[in-house]
Amino acid sequence: MISYLIFSGTIAGFYALLSLGLVMAWGQGGLVNLGLVGFVGLGAYTSALLSGAGVPIWLDWIAAAALSGAVGVALCLVVRNLRGDYLAIVTLGFAEILRLAETNEKWLTKGSDGISGIVAPFKGYLGDSFPLFYLILTWVLVGLAAFLLNGLLRSPFGRALRAVRDDEQIAAVAGKSVLRLKLQAFGMAAALSGLAGALYAHFTSFIAPDVFIVQLTIYIFLAVTIGGYTRLTGAVFGSIALVALLEATRFLAAVIPGLDAVQIASLREFAIAVTLIVVMQLRPEGAFRMTNECSGLRGSRPVQDPCHGQKTVLDDAI
Amino acid sequence: MLTDLLQYLVNGLIVGALIALPALGLTLIFSVLGFVNFSIAALLTAGAYAGWLANTTLRLPLVPVLLIAFVVAGALGVLTDRIALAPIRRKPTAQTPLMVAVVSIALSMALESAYRFSFGSGLNSFDMPIARDMKFGSIRVGLQQLHNLEIAIGLAVILALFFSLTRLGKAMRAVADNVDLARLKGIEPVRLANLATFIGMGLAGVGGALLAIDTSVDPSTGSRLILLIFAGSVVGGLTSLPGAVAGALLMGVIGELGLLVLPPVYQSLTAFVAILITLLARPGGIFSGASGVRK
Repeated sequence: MISYLIFSGTIAGFYALLSLGLVMAWGQGGLVNLGLVGFVGLGAYTSALLSGAGVPIWLDWIAAAALSGAVGVALCLVVRNLRGDYLAIVTLGFAEILRLAETNEKWLTKGSDGISGIVAPFKGYLGDSFPLFYLILTWVLVGLAAFLLNGLLRSPFGRALRAVRDDEQIAAVAGKSVLRLKLQAFGMAAALSGLAGALYAHFTSFIAPDVFIVQLTIYIFLAVTIGGYTRLTGAVFGSIALVALLEATRFLAAVIPGLDAVQIASLREFAIAVTLIVVMQLRPEGAFRMTNECSGLRGSRPVQDPCHGQKTVLDDAI
Repeated sequence: MLTDLLQYLVNGLIVGALIALPALGLTLIFSVLGFVNFSIAALLTAGAYAGWLANTTLRLPLVPVLLIAFVVAGALGVLTDRIALAPIRRKPTAQTPLMVAVVSIALSMALESAYRFSFGSGLNSFDMPIARDMKFGSIRVGLQQLHNLEIAIGLAVILALFFSLTRLGKAMRAVADNVDLARLKGIEPVRLANLATFIGMGLAGVGGALLAIDTSVDPSTGSRLILLIFAGSVVGGLTSLPGAVAGALLMGVIGELGLLVLPPVYQSLTAFVAILITLLARPGGIFSGASGVRK
């Protein structure tokens, strides 16, 4: 039971890293990324292949984050002028193409068999306490990422980013480099996704293209929406809620008699998808609403429509 | 070599004609509602399953099978659109297009897991008579594929007549062109939105059934094709119905010709590249005027 909880907690940590990235890009930067899972896969494969070649693990993780971040910046640069729904199509397609490459470039990725036996850090020394160590390590990284992002989002950078999200033209008029802000936000989100992928690969020691499918992107959108898509706290809270939900459906589906494994899996997936639809309809702002994000001036002005504090945010940017 | 090329061209047109139906549906829905509905993938599969059930349990021949595929996919499309997507469209904010996109993907996922729950993840084939391939010179064409081509063209013609001759069709084009102006003329957009969804998803359903007759149906039949469908629609301009047909045919041909240099598993790659190039260079579709202004 304990080991099961530790395992779920570690998975929640991976989701939390991904959710933090999504809050950064989508909630704060207004950048759509339905190709999230592509960056996770990129990070996981980078790290797994490098460690297979004998590169030390800490370096693999940095490389995974760096490569995912760089690809994220490149993708963002290419699609910078696209409208929201076009961006959705392109990012979704991007992840699908990456998955195709993972499946078919057998010389590199071993195709749909996946890569197994990925080394885990200190597993030899730690033995049975390895899962606990990895749980702590993951959450330390989540804490670190949240701390750094929080500082960043409170800084002038964060305010300028929100101004870009709310109205690019006004932000540009105010002298903000819209493109650079977008690239930075998208790149950081992609790097976080890559890091989460790398952590996942070394935790389970097995990755395959089937792990990195669009369902995972939907999971993370659910986590972020449950928590409140503009809030870092919400991302962490939402990830824990997501894992709780995923595990709850596992037990509930097992209770129903006469179902085979495929049916149980599809029932769980159905429940997750329906939950996302319901949450988006009933409470799109999530558990943690958007706060009036004018730092330094908090409380000195009436909060106008806390869900969409465009006006106050813009005043700040100018 | 030349006959090889011609064979690829014919194959491409046949694939393109099948893609044209869901691409038409996607374009129709986007024009009238103004949102991209990713669940078209799952509704294509719904049409394929409905056709398969009608064919294998009721022993129905081709035409009633396609009719059932159309009605089931269309009705399911309207139903799920009302339940899942309409409440989100009702409160438009800056985030609405993305939220509709995400929810429609979730909807697709829900429908696909429902199929997997009911029918398992195996491949299901239709019970249709198999005919020998026809030969024109040295070019081979399957009889079923030829039928598919005829049906796709026939449906496109019926649709074109509907849009240019009937009141309802004209009203729908008016909404696609300018919602406010259409409302001013007393056209009710919600009813038309439902009709557009019904026809659009119905077309996807017929496309799915035709595809499944040629190959087979499984829960991910539609999502495997989604990039190709989007490519057809986007290349054609995303709001132009003739553009969607032309775009789909073009994508079919490019995809087949791409087989000369790419392994077949990468067919989605040509679609993705086509989407990217079109959106970056000519967001109004390759058939738009030089200005590239979207209608």
